[in-house]
Amino acid sequence: MTLNNLLSQSSEWLRGTGADSQIVISSRIRLARNLSDFSFPQWADKKERKEALSLMRGVLFKIKYLKNGLFAELDGLDVLDKQFLLERHLISREQTRGRNCKAVVISEKEIISVMLNEEDHLRIQVLQSGFNLSDAWRLINELDEQLEQKLNYAFSPQWGYLTACPTNVGTGLRASLMLHLPALVMSKQIGNILQTLSKLGIVARGLYGEGTEASGNFFQFSNQLTLGRSEEDIIDNLERVVRQIVNYEEERRKLLLKQKREILYNQIWRAYGVLKNSYFINSGETMNLLSMVRLGADLSILKDVELRKVNELFLLTQPAHLQKIEGKKLNAYQRDVKRAELIRERLK
Amino acid sequence: MVCDICHKNIASVHITEIVNDKMVELHLCEQCAQQKGIGLPEDFPLANFLAGLTDFELPKVKKVELRCPNCGMSYEDFRKIGRLGCSQCYQTFKQNLAPLLKRIQGAEQHIGKFPHYADKTIKGEIEIKGLQRKLNKAIQEENFEEAAKIRDKIREMKK
Repeated sequence: MTLNNLLSQSSEWLRGTGADSQIVISSRIRLARNLSDFSFPQWADKKERKEALSLMRGVLFKIKYLKNGLFAELDGLDVLDKQFLLERHLISREQTRGRNCKAVVISEKEIISVMLNEEDHLRIQVLQSGFNLSDAWRLINELDEQLEQKLNYAFSPQWGYLTACPTNVGTGLRASLMLHLPALVMSKQIGNILQTLSKLGIVARGLYGEGTEASGNFFQFSNQLTLGRSEEDIIDNLERVVRQIVNYEEERRKLLLKQKREILYNQIWRAYGVLKNSYFINSGETMNLLSMVRLGADLSILKDVELRKVNELFLLTQPAHLQKIEGKKLNAYQRDVKRAELIRERLK
Repeated sequence: MVCDICHKNIASVHITEIVNDKMVELHLCEQCAQQKGIGLPEDFPLANFLAGLTDFELPKVKKVELRCPNCGMSYEDFRKIGRLGCSQCYQTFKQNLAPLLKRIQGAEQHIGKFPHYADKTIKGEIEIKGLQRKLNKAIQEENFEEAAKIRDKIREMKK
């Protein structure tokens, strides 16, 4: 499998299937793990990082889920390819930085990705469509158990799995759910919810993780703490809280349909109209308009628009994806033209 | 106070520079500060945040430089970059890390899965600690039936 193969397939997190997928886009769990016999990647010298990488690479290829996967060393990729993987949520921003023996292994359907020599030696990630943390946990736990038979994990009875940053120590587990919450944003309820969350040990972020804005009304919710709670408890807590957010969003959607029907229809149909008739459009505007179209498709207001197609457009209109589709580098102006063209074509 | 460079806008960025062993104070407006390359860092630095927290933990009387025998990282290094050097650092800097971890995570003991090689006795110890916490909670909540069950389980495990 090569990197360009990915372009022709739909990313798992945008498949738009699974429980509650009209609101919960995707479920993700990641485990941070380190090798006990090597310094953590950021502190290790090049030789040590290289040795750790070759050891981990050998082990990962024996895992059945990854056998036919893609292995890519980040040092060998250009900026565009790195950005492409980042847009698909297969690597982190951290992983795109510097030239230092970083790599990633990605399973065929892009459900599993394992980052090597990121901040920790291994960052194992499982990504599933819809509200489905339990399947994600089952799979990642199995994967972790297979890996620990071959790799000597850094572990302390007191502090659990040892990580480079103390904020990940313990379970090393970060569970995240990505939600589309246009009705809560439109009715200005989202602020209250976000404020309450921090008290419940839950962090909210934008579409592309730390420090990103919540564009397109997408929000990522994840657990803040990793020590002193079992994996199941962490996941359960996040699920319970997010379940309530999903309910609020559903209620708000019903309320909007009932009380502000014309305003809602107006926003959705206008968004659809603009997207179908644009010749030049930037990424920010695209995200916000697509968000309304997605809501319209969910509520069957836009009956001819498939949810899956809208989901795909969120990804395909990102800068690196546009350039990969075109097969060459594009400047900002050219991207805005190409983006509009792609949207017109896909929404025909 | 007006900006020292443009002498027009109100100064909102105040910096102290050492020039030729002399301290020089500069008061700049935002635009001039940005041009001079002074401004807020792009990413919010977690390292600084952690370093701020670790200050509480440093022994104030004498500063002994602690260095990890395995990877060579000093506690000062950790304070600067906010990341530890290797798994042994946790042991080396235990005295400083324990209160820090408690502050960040609100907990001091791992509860959750183990690697298969983790010794059975270690595993037992952690399980007992977990049960003891549950026992205390049950007693606090006056749930004595549950407490008795947990107590028996602990006894069984200690055998």
